[in-house]
Amino acid sequence: MTFKGRDIISIRDFSKEDILKVLDVAQKLERRPQPTLMKGAVMGSLFFEPSTRTRLSFTSAMEKLGGEVLGFEDAAVTSVQKGETLWDTIKMVNNYVDVIVQRHPVEGAAKLAANAADVPVINAGDGANQHPTQTLLDLFTIQKEKGKLDGLNIGFVGDLKYGRTVHSLCMAMSHFRTKLFFVAPEALQMPEYYLADLQKKKIPYVVTADLNKVAPQLDILYMTRIQKERFPDPIEYNRLKDSFHINRQLLKITKKDVRILHPLPRVNEIATDLDDTPNAAYFRQAANGVPIRQALIALVTGRAA
Amino acid sequence: MKAPEHMIPVPAIKEGTVIDHLPSRETLKVMKLLNPQEFEHPIAVALNLDSKKLGKKGVIKINNRNLTKEEVEKIAILAPNATVSLIKNYKVVEKNRVRVPKKIGGILCSNPNCITNKEPVETVFELVQESPLRIRCQFCERIMSRKDIAL
Repeated sequence: MTFKGRDIISIRDFSKEDILKVLDVAQKLERRPQPTLMKGAVMGSLFFEPSTRTRLSFTSAMEKLGGEVLGFEDAAVTSVQKGETLWDTIKMVNNYVDVIVQRHPVEGAAKLAANAADVPVINAGDGANQHPTQTLLDLFTIQKEKGKLDGLNIGFVGDLKYGRTVHSLCMAMSHFRTKLFFVAPEALQMPEYYLADLQKKKIPYVVTADLNKVAPQLDILYMTRIQKERFPDPIEYNRLKDSFHINRQLLKITKKDVRILHPLPRVNEIATDLDDTPNAAYFRQAANGVPIRQALIALVTGRAA
Repeated sequence: MKAPEHMIPVPAIKEGTVIDHLPSRETLKVMKLLNPQEFEHPIAVALNLDSKKLGKKGVIKINNRNLTKEEVEKIAILAPNATVSLIKNYKVVEKNRVRVPKKIGGILCSNPNCITNKEPVETVFELVQESPLRIRCQFCERIMSRKDIAL
């Protein structure tokens, strides 16, 4: 399916070929920068809630391709404050730009924006729902670090119940030959619905609370933050919050070339003594956001094919 | 057919619609959905009738009225085994089992933080699985089961 004019709303809409296409274009743009590819084009950067990392990375992506960026980083400065609907805001912005990048605190806001806009819309996060560019940069990182996406054992650790990055990456990885390990206390385990989906797709997986047991098998260890606000009971939070705190000690039992990913920000789940090991891929992962977003901007505007 | 003695007979209707094979506990919900107060023609409802398939079932007979497509779709969500028969001159001229459509509208998303609950926009749900029922909001992607659906 061609990308020109297409909205990037949900990783659910991506076939295996789509994923590989985006990764391929990202890789080419990384190897051979194209500083005039988006010349004369304007990206609307609509951040209805703050997100420094995602916003800066999209802006950097567009500017490195020679395009312009306009927009806002806080809904308080827009007509939303005056009661304007999202629909109307998008109808208006649609006239000024060639592509819209939107971050919004409400789930489904990206789909609504895409329905309102004639220009392509890229979802930069809609509440707890989707953040497809994060998933694509996670895949790009795995591919770059391991040289492949097939035949890998991937462990997800931490808050698997609420973590949207985990759900989306898990959905995307199900296009590939993989074995998944879900490591979390029972209260934070993967929702049943996602496990049923994996069974349907015949993707092997392991559910466990014991990281040490599965760590030796992993090629990728995807850490997530355990979020305090998710816990109804503070005692339960205090009991669990450090259950997955990893440090250099872990490397004694893992494969030598295991790669540790994290969508960031981290709190204390990854000790800084891991940062200078070759296994720590999380800062390289953050950097991969730029070529992935360049690829998506260029593809949906028809400047790359 | 003559009704057995222990059964309350439900009178046959000349023209209209018969909704049969409703689970007893869903029957009044289906009734409510049909907005009976908006129409002046007689409606008969029977509950707790013996049924081989359902144990106990409900039946609704509506005089002089055909159901809209939307009404039938909503019945399918409440009672996936229901049948809808069209009656002309006391005869069944058409009988169909209800089907949950691939795309469903007109119901609310159960996710309070879904954009459809914040802005004036029509909801659309996609059928994921018929039994047990699973539908996905096309906006927030929340999966809803039968118990999440308020009709």
